[in-house]
Amino acid sequence: MQSTLIHVSEWLLPILVATILITGFVRRIPLYNTFIDGAKSGFGTAVRLIPHLVAMMVAVQVFRVSGAMAAVIHWMTPVLHLFHIPPEVAPLGLLRPISGQGSLALMIDVFKKHGPDSALGLLASTMQASTDTTLYILTVYFGSVGIRNFRYALSVGLLADLVAVLASVLAVYVFMGHGL
Amino acid sequence: MIDLIWLLLFVTGIATALFTGRMPQVSEGILSGAATGVELCIGLISVIVLWMGLMNIAEKSGAISLLSRVLRPVARRLFPSVPVDHPAMGAILANMSANILGIGNAATPLGLRAMKELQTLNPNKDVASDAMCTFLAVNTASITLIPTTVIAVRMQMHSAHPTSVIGPTILATAIGTVAALCFDRLFRAFSKRRRV
Repeated sequence: MQSTLIHVSEWLLPILVATILITGFVRRIPLYNTFIDGAKSGFGTAVRLIPHLVAMMVAVQVFRVSGAMAAVIHWMTPVLHLFHIPPEVAPLGLLRPISGQGSLALMIDVFKKHGPDSALGLLASTMQASTDTTLYILTVYFGSVGIRNFRYALSVGLLADLVAVLASVLAVYVFMGHGL
Repeated sequence: MIDLIWLLLFVTGIATALFTGRMPQVSEGILSGAATGVELCIGLISVIVLWMGLMNIAEKSGAISLLSRVLRPVARRLFPSVPVDHPAMGAILANMSANILGIGNAATPLGLRAMKELQTLNPNKDVASDAMCTFLAVNTASITLIPTTVIAVRMQMHSAHPTSVIGPTILATAIGTVAALCFDRLFRAFSKRRRV
């Protein structure tokens, strides 16, 4: 059962790529040139991420190597244990709604220590993938149209993030077939 | 808000270093952190470029508008205050499709267009409308089919199964999205009751 689910996961990306290409071909789209045109803008998008990533990685690095993060995790552990969240990925769950790049850095940290294919690595991946950076989305989306009163949107976003973090633990449990 | 969190990470880090005597590591970490940030971006270029190229084909061939058609009945339920033929609905659907396909970079510009259209329906221009709150709830906890960035990083870190994250992500995001919509309706009911 579990291995079937993982196989489905692995098939999805190739199937999607094939579907996109075949649909394009059937609709007589010049496949190669259309790909190149779109891909050109990808480089700029990646480069625009650099300042954000540098800013957050530096701050996270300072927070981590100073021992501050270990201290926070130390006193959060009993609380998180209640929710079956392993202490190694707890900071990721805490940082995810605040900074997508920051939590990405934490995910890479988990990969380095435990490997991306370990249960912890998969959990870190799922947490990172399963919610968006609520704070960023609210600021950018509302800011773009000049909304100043967010009403209950921030509470809804953060509560939903909490649920998504807990759901990640459940999802990894379902797919790996054992606890963490 | 992001200012405060950024500041707190630095200040608590440096303050802790005063006690733990890890100031040399912190000073080294400032520089190595910056280097890691850049290295990470360079590594991400491959996947973003690949995906933007594929999405351009999907968009031109009408695959995105097909997905929008599939999602339309759902969107009508979610946004009862938005007329079906209003441009806001089209932008919302395009944004949701991009989110589901895990192309956050494409989702943001589409989402901003949707916000602009929703603002034209909003009677009070300073205050978020019901539809906007629902739209952001869907966006912050979006159902994701293919988490491209995470898969890219897993590949970079030599994962044997980089795409094994897809299954758990679909399950976790589905639960998260349902929760977001429930919270949205719940908070709205409460805020309406308080006003009456």
